[in-house]
Amino acid sequence: MSWLQVLRVAVRALLRNKMRSFLTTLGVIIGVSAVIAMVAIGEGAKARVEESFASMGSNLLVVLSGTTTASGAHGGFGSMPTLTWDDLKAMRSEASAVRYASPQLRSTQQVISDDQNWATSINGVSPEYFPMRSWSAAMGSLITQSDIEAGSKVVVLGQTVVDKLYGSNADPTGHSVRIMKIPFQIIGVLARKGQSATGQDYDDAVFVPYTTFRAKIQGGLQKFIAGSIMVGAASGDATVRAQSQITNLLRDRHHIALGADDDFSIRNLAEMANAQQEGVKTLTTLLASIAAVSLIVGGIGIMNIMLVSVTERTREIGIRMAVGARPRDVLSQFLVEALALSSAGGIIGILLGLLAANRLAANFGWPILIRYDIIAIAVGFSGLVGVVFGLYPAQKASRLDPIDALRYE
Amino acid sequence: MGKPLIETSKVSKVYRMGDVEVHALREVSLTISEGESVAVMGPSGSGKSTLMNILGCLDRPSSGGYWLAGEEVSQLDRNALARMRNRTLGFVFQSFNLLSRTSALENVELPLLYAGVSARERHTRAREALTRVGLGERMHHHPNQMSGGQQQRVAVARALVTRPRLIVADEPTGNLDSRTSIEIMALFQELGRSGITLLLVTHESDIARYASRVVVMHDGRVQSDEQQTPLQAELGPAPAGAEVSP
Repeated sequence: MSWLQVLRVAVRALLRNKMRSFLTTLGVIIGVSAVIAMVAIGEGAKARVEESFASMGSNLLVVLSGTTTASGAHGGFGSMPTLTWDDLKAMRSEASAVRYASPQLRSTQQVISDDQNWATSINGVSPEYFPMRSWSAAMGSLITQSDIEAGSKVVVLGQTVVDKLYGSNADPTGHSVRIMKIPFQIIGVLARKGQSATGQDYDDAVFVPYTTFRAKIQGGLQKFIAGSIMVGAASGDATVRAQSQITNLLRDRHHIALGADDDFSIRNLAEMANAQQEGVKTLTTLLASIAAVSLIVGGIGIMNIMLVSVTERTREIGIRMAVGARPRDVLSQFLVEALALSSAGGIIGILLGLLAANRLAANFGWPILIRYDIIAIAVGFSGLVGVVFGLYPAQKASRLDPIDALRYE
Repeated sequence: MGKPLIETSKVSKVYRMGDVEVHALREVSLTISEGESVAVMGPSGSGKSTLMNILGCLDRPSSGGYWLAGEEVSQLDRNALARMRNRTLGFVFQSFNLLSRTSALENVELPLLYAGVSARERHTRAREALTRVGLGERMHHHPNQMSGGQQQRVAVARALVTRPRLIVADEPTGNLDSRTSIEIMALFQELGRSGITLLLVTHESDIARYASRVVVMHDGRVQSDEQQTPLQAELGPAPAGAEVSP
């Protein structure tokens, strides 16, 4: 008997009991669609995390100055300025893995327009800061090197600040705002970035040249940077290299003895992104394994029905054996029936899973990522379920004694 | 008569029922030649069903030898027995044993399916067989749309379709009225004329009269074994078989 004929016989047998076949398949349908939907959603969530970290800027390192200890009370990082402007220059020129480096001087101040005011974070930065964080201008232009050199009183606003001071969709370029009573001309507005994974609003900030910041907003130390340095590594893989290059460079420049602690610290944002992604991955794996369990339960359903079917069709098996079916023929018939049930479940499950993933993604506003390898695995697994759980009933059928089977009522 | 088709030598069958050994067959030696029509009779428990199962390759003897068409069946495994049933013989049962919800044509094709015959040839041969038993018009009917006699004709067609040398019939008329019984016997006699050997298990002596030889079993042994001139099954206006007394 050819496989095609075996398949035809099996499909006809299944179609005789349409409702039962469908209910049996349902277990596998639910299992497969759950696996596919869970993985697609999980991958979507992972992509979303990646996206939100990408909006923060990719391959970023933040170099913070050292800590102070006064009368036993430890200050936090940055409380003791140890990073100098020369350190910044050295990073730019000597660390090969560093692509961008910008000071980040910060102060919260009132920004006052003609008829509104808003307290926000004032950031003194260099032009590299914007490409490093992949921020672009929605209107006007960004801070340039000549603004730095001239110490121009120009400002780039975040969208939230524009909303608060001028109303949404307004174009404030050309107007001026006052920060600490000093008028600054608005040269541009940043494109909307949204919120960070931790809820921080990236758009609630304004940016001025760091030279202007030092001269007009927060003076102080000449030699030291009263803030942090943000570093953009040449690539995602280069962040670790950039980190060690900066560490070596700064230890050398600060004359730190071997074995002594660093007088600065470096934070790797890529690591945080990785940690977040790991979390999502764990969750996806968890969901997918629960879904896989339901697939196994579906397989047991198939086995159950196949066992009932073998008992019910004992006489049929006897007839087939009497006219010359070998044990092998009976085995393959029941095995193919189980396989047909589980594969049909697999195929319907894929379609339902994709549909469910699409609907859920649309509801949550997530991207969905269809993993074709997972689909292949789910189908393969459902086929395996059919073979594994169909084998025992099929063997039982093939081992029937034809005489007993023919006499069975 | 032709050369021997069936030869048994001291065939015994012992069943174990718990601690008790049941001797269903005790050293039965039988030779049936090609073209014979043999009726096996006997009360229930006489071993006639067991003999039929062994001769029909459904079961193997506990001891003794059995040769069918020159092959030693008593030594064959389950697969080889299935092949024997498929190629060399055909079964007809008391309760027809057709697959329900399957057309007559497909029922008849079934043995050919296991013989590995191509779909087109299966079709042609099944049509031929059904036409031969007089059901050419009802090929696509399902068993539940047919009378008992028609169902048994389908079963005969199924037994015929592999062109076997032996047909084993187990109480083939047991579920049929006397007129239909004669129709079926007439069919068997016609097959006999074309050279097919018939082994008929029955407890009705009326039916046994259509055979050329009657073997009576008792307590697992052959009690008597006699040749006779078979009654010709003919369909007259009145059921002929009913008037004949043994």
